[in-house]
Amino acid sequence: MPALLLLAGPVSAKEARSYDYPFDNPFEATVVGTPDEYQPELPKEIPSEIFSIKTFVRRPVPKIFWYQKGMDFSLVAQPRKAPLVFLIAGTGGAHDSGKMRVLQRALYQAGFHVLSLSSPTHMNFIISSSETMVPGDLRDDSRDLYRSMALAWQKVRSTVEVSAFHLAGYSLGAAQAPFVAQIDDERQLFNFEKVLMINPPVDLYKSVKRLDRLLEENIPGGPENFNVWFRDVMNHLSKINRELDLFKLSENALYTVYKHYPVTDEFLAALIGISFRISAANMVFTSDVMHGGGFMIPPGVELSPYQPLEDYFIVAHHTPFSDYFREFMLPYYQEREAGLTGEELQRRQTLQSIGDYLRQNPRLGLMHNRDDIIVSPEEVDWLEETMGERARIYPHGGHCGNMAHYDNLAAMVAFFTGQDQWNEN
Amino acid sequence: MRIERRLGLAVIAAVVFMCSGCGPLVPSAPEPIRPVAQFVAPEKEYAIKVFDPLERVNRLVYQFNYYFDVYVFLPAVDGYRWVMPDYAEDRVSNFFDNVLEINNLANCILQLKPKATGITAARLVVNSTVGVLGLWDPASGWGLPRQEEDLGQTLGYYGIGNGPYLVLPVLGPSNLRDAIGKGGDLLIFNEIDPFNFENNSFLLPLTYNTLNAIDTRKRTPFRYYSTGSPFEYEWIRLLYTEKRFLQIMQ
Repeated sequence: MPALLLLAGPVSAKEARSYDYPFDNPFEATVVGTPDEYQPELPKEIPSEIFSIKTFVRRPVPKIFWYQKGMDFSLVAQPRKAPLVFLIAGTGGAHDSGKMRVLQRALYQAGFHVLSLSSPTHMNFIISSSETMVPGDLRDDSRDLYRSMALAWQKVRSTVEVSAFHLAGYSLGAAQAPFVAQIDDERQLFNFEKVLMINPPVDLYKSVKRLDRLLEENIPGGPENFNVWFRDVMNHLSKINRELDLFKLSENALYTVYKHYPVTDEFLAALIGISFRISAANMVFTSDVMHGGGFMIPPGVELSPYQPLEDYFIVAHHTPFSDYFREFMLPYYQEREAGLTGEELQRRQTLQSIGDYLRQNPRLGLMHNRDDIIVSPEEVDWLEETMGERARIYPHGGHCGNMAHYDNLAAMVAFFTGQDQWNEN
Repeated sequence: MRIERRLGLAVIAAVVFMCSGCGPLVPSAPEPIRPVAQFVAPEKEYAIKVFDPLERVNRLVYQFNYYFDVYVFLPAVDGYRWVMPDYAEDRVSNFFDNVLEINNLANCILQLKPKATGITAARLVVNSTVGVLGLWDPASGWGLPRQEEDLGQTLGYYGIGNGPYLVLPVLGPSNLRDAIGKGGDLLIFNEIDPFNFENNSFLLPLTYNTLNAIDTRKRTPFRYYSTGSPFEYEWIRLLYTEKRFLQIMQ
């Protein structure tokens, strides 16, 4: 049990001073991320190895998902004894997504082993490792994560020498991290020394509503008009392509294009909304298949690997997260728990619901951005007030846009190594 | 595009309607919460609905390509990478790029693009001489950017539509026009025959083609079934179609 930490004197979060992240528009930051010149020198090649494990050995995999062989995770190992950081990806993110790879490279460079897990909302995780196969509940998803972490550790423990365990997650993974830490306090399998939350939502339901709205309000004429908008974008792109040759641009392509062709906030917001909606659609369809249909697939219909899915594609992408919550997740939980209300289920998906744990646990740390689009200013204030000295709030960076910035990565490494940099202003 | 399918649906609907008095024709399946009919308007255009009458066959070929990748192609690429130093691999890539400038040049001419033709001809000369038979690519550094053109794009440039989407064995996503274009490009190459394959044993062309295939696969980061989307087939189909649209418009 963590001792109650009584902090004397006024407590304030760390504001990073003289911060040179280039975008103060949160939509720009979220879409464009961190341009190369603001990233630290990181190793290009890291010894990353992908493993696949069976979490539920007896679970049958539907024919349509014949290529799913188990839960994939990746390990980047040091050749010597070192602390290990578990990483949890954000919504729809895979263990080896772009953002995860940046974190892996930075932590590997700093001398850590890194074990990365996909988000419980990722197709591969739902099929292989989710007990309910209805993602979205912080406590259940964290239990699934903890089980997977234990099995993953079992799989690789003979190949790595570990001196201590840490935990970190970004976005949705950041909201799950403290719940996973709570489970570990009970089971004491890892005894995490440090747990870092990077840009978590505070109230999951409110955050996904905000992301749903980004799509609904920024496509002219609404999502129904998507096709017209899409053709328009493609025609516009072909003009840009004539001048810039988009197929020839380097990894930093987005920034290059962006400098030539600044776009409107509506467009950027729509892109963020679309990218989130795609993650949600993948999740909803996968979950429906795993439950034998009933949501968009007629109940009892088994899909073949060779059949067209475009109709389901359209339905899935017309399903806002809030509809999934109301029509799929809530009824599922109500069946298991008589009298459960939507409000109560929503309340469980908040960091406020473990406010005391966040307040009292000295091992937790938080990095966030004041202009993150998935949280409100009040929510950032609440986090600041709750986390006090253990919070590091950046003036801008949007939602995870500044994760690869040298200051951010240095601060993350400092947090795990316990250097002063974390507390420097 | 989908007239015949729509007609089919209309006929079925009419039959079901007429038979509605005489008991169900088909046992009615229980409805899901979000039925397709409620969200998909049959007469509406959807970008994701690329013309794909051979979809079931294409999906089968897609699956075949995955197995071919896993058991043949990728192991060959791994072996190649293990044997060759990176430096040599890059020389090989440049060499094939330079040889294939022949097709770029032919298609620049066919599309009557004087500027692109000039650039490509200059690239071919510079890289074959200063770049030692194309092992290096000094031309790009001299402000002569590569002009990717192929016969599929040329046909598209003259207004020939995509035709049905195809997944080709080993080669992957394509469509009828681009598949014909690939064949034509091959003919052009064989007609020019820069390495005099015609008067050589079969070993030289075999080595050339195998190495070219391995080099191409090595440079293509795509892996089948690795996108983490249950709709991967639809996404790849859309992305291929839009990519070709952009290339043709260039």
